[in-house]
Amino acid sequence: VYRLHGRYHEMAPNVVPMDYTKDPDVKLPMQLIINMPELKENPFKERIVESFSEDGEGSLSFNDFVDMFSVLSEMAPRELKAIYAFKIYDFNTDNFICKADLEKTLNKLTREELTAEEITLVCEKVIEEADMDGDGKLGFADFENMISKAPDFLRYF
Amino acid sequence: HFGSSVASYFIFLRWMYGINMILFGLTFGLVMVPEALMGKPYGSLPRKTVPRAEEASAMNFATLWDFSGFAQYSVLFYGYYNNQRTIGWLKFRMPLSYFLVGVGTIGYSFMIVIRTMARNANEDGGGDDTSFNFSWKMFTSWDYLIGNPETADNKFASITTSFKEAIVEEQESRKEENIHLTRFLRVLANFLALCTLAGSGYLIFFVVRRSQKFALEGLENYGWWERNEVNMVMSLLGMFCPTLFDVISSLENYHPRIALRWQLGRIFALFLGNLYTFIIALMDEINLKARYLPPFAILEKIVKYNMTIWEASLYNGTIPENSTAPPIQVDPADVPRGPCWETMVGQEFVRLTVSDTMTTYITILIGDFLRAVFVRFFNYCWCWDLEYGFPSYSEFDISGNVLGLIFNQGMIWMGSFYAPCLPAINVFRLHTSMYLQCWAVMCCNVPQERVFKASRSNNFYMAMLLFILFLSTLPAVYTIVSIPPSFDCGPFSGKTRMFEVISETLEHDFPSWFGKVFGYASNPGLILPFILLMVLSIYYLNATSKSYKEANLELKKKLQSVRKRELLI
Repeated sequence: VYRLHGRYHEMAPNVVPMDYTKDPDVKLPMQLIINMPELKENPFKERIVESFSEDGEGSLSFNDFVDMFSVLSEMAPRELKAIYAFKIYDFNTDNFICKADLEKTLNKLTREELTAEEITLVCEKVIEEADMDGDGKLGFADFENMISKAPDFLRYF
Repeated sequence: HFGSSVASYFIFLRWMYGINMILFGLTFGLVMVPEALMGKPYGSLPRKTVPRAEEASAMNFATLWDFSGFAQYSVLFYGYYNNQRTIGWLKFRMPLSYFLVGVGTIGYSFMIVIRTMARNANEDGGGDDTSFNFSWKMFTSWDYLIGNPETADNKFASITTSFKEAIVEEQESRKEENIHLTRFLRVLANFLALCTLAGSGYLIFFVVRRSQKFALEGLENYGWWERNEVNMVMSLLGMFCPTLFDVISSLENYHPRIALRWQLGRIFALFLGNLYTFIIALMDEINLKARYLPPFAILEKIVKYNMTIWEASLYNGTIPENSTAPPIQVDPADVPRGPCWETMVGQEFVRLTVSDTMTTYITILIGDFLRAVFVRFFNYCWCWDLEYGFPSYSEFDISGNVLGLIFNQGMIWMGSFYAPCLPAINVFRLHTSMYLQCWAVMCCNVPQERVFKASRSNNFYMAMLLFILFLSTLPAVYTIVSIPPSFDCGPFSGKTRMFEVISETLEHDFPSWFGKVFGYASNPGLILPFILLMVLSIYYLNATSKSYKEANLELKKKLQSVRKRELLI
């Protein structure tokens, strides 16, 4: 935790206090966080920061910061990772991954190199494969069911 | 970035390189090195010396490039080896080693190809779960641990390619077909392909016949083209026919992976036909020569007779027949030599390999590199957009390259018994070609328009390799078993058949009961039932494996329906 605090501190040395005993209310804005080397290349960096931030706008207090790194680390349990992964991919935060969310995810993954036709095809296929309750979008249960069988999820997340 | 099919080509190349290294290790360590270290040095025996007649040109670059002259009379070829039973202070049994290494390389190659096929087949049957293909691609393909911008770029490109591959698969499975038109087009395409194959076979036959005619009239009258006509024609056919097949296959409208297989099959038939026509024509040529020259047995007698006369002439005919005279020191270069067909065959193979390598490199340089340079720099001052229309950058030709690799290997297997240097040459060639092609792909090629996933396992390539291995060992085995070795060169000279070295070893070096046991074991009465037993066990294993596969599928289906039911509840 000390190391994390060191990282947190060096992002904005004038704002972050070294002493946390008084439990100060310090939050770092999103811009600073997404410039961290671990997140810089990630296409989902904004969503990651947003999902861990308490106020939903992307500013992370130190607690949120620690939460984020602990979920992304190798030690986190699969269910916890699945919960946060769902949050990350849910762009409009309606607790469902709908077709628009899927399109946004796909565009971020491929840096918009696929044609509109291909994008529609992929999104349809995803919904066809994973949607078990037939509502046309992925609820958390569908997502969890699908991700628990994926061989690469724990390796890459 | 270029797709898994291009990657699979390079993986295959690397695997071949591994095999060739081992073959090289065997031939080099057990055959060439002992001979070089412990055999009699160059110049000590007639068979190890360049004959006086050829000495003047022996070290010229042209002769060396052609693998005659000094290179011919060296450890590189069969003819250099002496037929002494043991050489050096280690009593290393050279002829036995030569024979065993020859047989061993073939046996090892068989074993490793089949083992790789079995391993691939295992992998294939196991993880074939594609129930959430697209979902997994979308949600689990990005690696959250990537921090380096270049790696990120590569990852983006590979994700895009992976998506495109999956999309192509999906589109193909949704396509509807007009059955009759497609069938007609496919029949037409096959007919055209057959015509091309027949045409190329005839062309090769014609060219080899012409070269025989030239050889009879003496090669000095003709220029470079006539001398190398056969090699050039074969290489040119190898360059142009695959493109022709490509054009024909566009008529057929198959899934890209199936189209690749047809393409590979046709090019395979082309090369096979070419190779065998070449060999048949060569055999014809040898027989033709034999018609004008007496057959080898008589030739042998003639040369021996000549040699005795020549020896007698050295003594000026003053020795009475029954006495023995002290041997006169004669320079080995002056001794008359008998023919050595094994070295000739070895030389042909080496020349073919070298010319094949040269052709490949030149094709890459001209076809890919110069074309890319041309398109890149002349695009500014040309009428139409060079990059999109013709000629544009070239795509990486997977089928051509894979087949080239496989056929090259076939030639190595065929020739390595007669020329122990072949695996060494091949190792060098594979080494350079890997880097050259890697560079060419990254710098001058563009990814294919329609990317498709390579077949799960490489078993298709392996099956072809196995077939070629079998075909290439046939000529070598035939010569070992049926043709008497030349009397004046090589480690088996003086024997009536090459495999007699085994029986000789058994007699001299093993205890007598061993020889008896071996004699009983090689009785046909024992071998035939054994073969029958093996055939039956193959049939049984095949049947059980089929039933296991079916049971596997049933279980998978059950699992899926149970899962679906669970979720709905």
